[in-house]
Amino acid sequence: VVATLKLATMAAAGGKPAVLLLRPVDAPFAAALRDRFRVLDLYAPGQALPALAFVAAAAAVPEPPRATVIWGGVRVDASFLDAAPSLRCVVSTAAGLDHIDLAECARRGVAVANSGEVYSTDVADYAVGLLLDVLRRVSASERYVRRGSWAAQGDYPLGSKLGGKRVGIIGLGNIGSRIAKRLEAFGCIIHYNSRKPKDSVSYKYFPNVHELAAESDVLVVACALNKATRHIVNKDVLEALGKDGVVVNIGRGANIDEAELVIALREGKIAGAGLDVFEHEPKVPAELFSMENVVLSRHVAVLTEESRSDLRAHTIGNLEAFFSGQPLLTPVHADSLAQ
Amino acid sequence: MAMESLGVLLLHPMNAYLEQELDSRFRLFRFWDSPPDGRAEFLRANSSAIRAVVGNAGYNADAALIDALPSLEIVASFSVGIDRVDLPKCRERGIRVTNTPDVLTDDVADLAVGLAIAALRKIPQADRYVRAGLWKAKGDYTLTTRFSGKRVGIIGLGRIGLAIATRVEAFDCPVNYYQRTKKDCPSYTYYPSVVELAANSDILVVACPLNEQTRHIVNREVIEALVPKGLLINIGRGPHVDEPELVSALVEGRLGGAGLDVFEDEPNVPEALFALDNVVLVPHVGSGTHETRQAMADLVLGNLEAHVLKKPLLTPVV
Repeated sequence: VVATLKLATMAAAGGKPAVLLLRPVDAPFAAALRDRFRVLDLYAPGQALPALAFVAAAAAVPEPPRATVIWGGVRVDASFLDAAPSLRCVVSTAAGLDHIDLAECARRGVAVANSGEVYSTDVADYAVGLLLDVLRRVSASERYVRRGSWAAQGDYPLGSKLGGKRVGIIGLGNIGSRIAKRLEAFGCIIHYNSRKPKDSVSYKYFPNVHELAAESDVLVVACALNKATRHIVNKDVLEALGKDGVVVNIGRGANIDEAELVIALREGKIAGAGLDVFEHEPKVPAELFSMENVVLSRHVAVLTEESRSDLRAHTIGNLEAFFSGQPLLTPVHADSLAQ
Repeated sequence: MAMESLGVLLLHPMNAYLEQELDSRFRLFRFWDSPPDGRAEFLRANSSAIRAVVGNAGYNADAALIDALPSLEIVASFSVGIDRVDLPKCRERGIRVTNTPDVLTDDVADLAVGLAIAALRKIPQADRYVRAGLWKAKGDYTLTTRFSGKRVGIIGLGRIGLAIATRVEAFDCPVNYYQRTKKDCPSYTYYPSVVELAANSDILVVACPLNEQTRHIVNREVIEALVPKGLLINIGRGPHVDEPELVSALVEGRLGGAGLDVFEDEPNVPEALFALDNVVLVPHVGSGTHETRQAMADLVLGNLEAHVLKKPLLTPVV
């Protein structure tokens, strides 16, 4: 009864359109939403209903929410949409879209907006940072300095020059194209694979990742995760990349066959890796911890103060567009991704 | 004069390929073959034979060494920075000096950018965290600050400074610079002093040569002018920066962070920095790739051969 009363209070704000908020947000984001909308907040202090019950209860209030803000932890599938039939718009703040059944949304006429290019710059920067770290041994030589080995043992072993390396980018979308632009400035040669060649770029296109790897010194995973791209970097691709090759993953852990990657590193079949994502986060194969030629990170490529505030502005922009009958800023269509 | 008669004193083990080639092409003397207290005797015994010295960033031909080598004709440094070569004395004695410019420009510029991204985005810190088994929950992170778009202020727009500018432009970073004279670079903003440069930059990069005018060019005043969240990147020489001032600014939180490849007393690094997670400390690896060290070695060898053959030196400084 208390929980239902709480929801009714949230819904009674009057005048403004209702938004179903299904992710925690920081204070500035919460304030910005409340300024413009009646916010039915799953994470409101004292709100005790579990997620699906909350969604169902929100669907039952007078003037139920027509839009929802979600993140990657919310599965938008038939049962979710059944629980909240008033929803006509899903605004996702996640970087990927693998948690949304786009076909089901399209069937029901539910519009989907993604996070657009909010994260693209920071992820691209991080990919370049990881690559430089692996090739130039920044983290590894830093450990060496911090444990006193520079004074005790002398110079750290040499790294490898970035300039002139052929970088094979898997996925030349918002992130991949920014990575390409940055690495060109370091004298890298850009190769890529994506679903179709892009006429607007002069980089060399490869129809599959195996051929891309065979002609690249570095492989950067910058594609979405879906059925076609699961384990897109597999044992064959790693072999094609070769013993001087380096892999950087700022996509999803499951884009790479992690077990095969560990074997390839252990056996010296590739030269190194920079990884921000893993198949079973937060579990990281312990064997990697003792390797000097890998850089390990904890899925933080998107996490800057700037992307936070960009996300806030972008999410509100999409919500305002929807409620005023304008086209969404960043609509996603079911047929734009191979699902 | 035959190549093998050129006596070359190699001051420190710096590169296996270089040492091998010096040994096979010339008459090699290894300075570290003599015990530290026997160095003067070693030099006396070989002074008529030693006509060339090969040094690097850390060990080079200072006044005392030059005085001890009356037959010295050429100093070929395995580095681009020759602040440890006594240039006035070389000029006075008619000794030629060569260095290794251009071949290491890319690597040093790459490292400058790599250090900046590593420091701002806290990559080594994330790596330490994961390796220590501390990543237990998916949502466990700290927010860092974006690299792209930050104002980059470069002290010294020479070969390395320009290479850094080109790279950061690809990240939409506005480029500012200071040097003694303004350059014709309309897309970069000139500041007539380092303090003004620091006051208008988020990331300050030291990329100038070390000499009397640039010692401690980054001093307390400059550090204070750099915005509180500012980042200092040093890929020049340790003495470019007043290190105790830098350390206290970092420890007291008056400076946002630093990426340091060089230190005043290498290989010693102020231990107070080890407790900080907003600094990236690397052991003078600016030119430290297989490809570049090979190219630097070939340049040293090429300069020595040109000298023997009385041909124009490849990369003379004096």
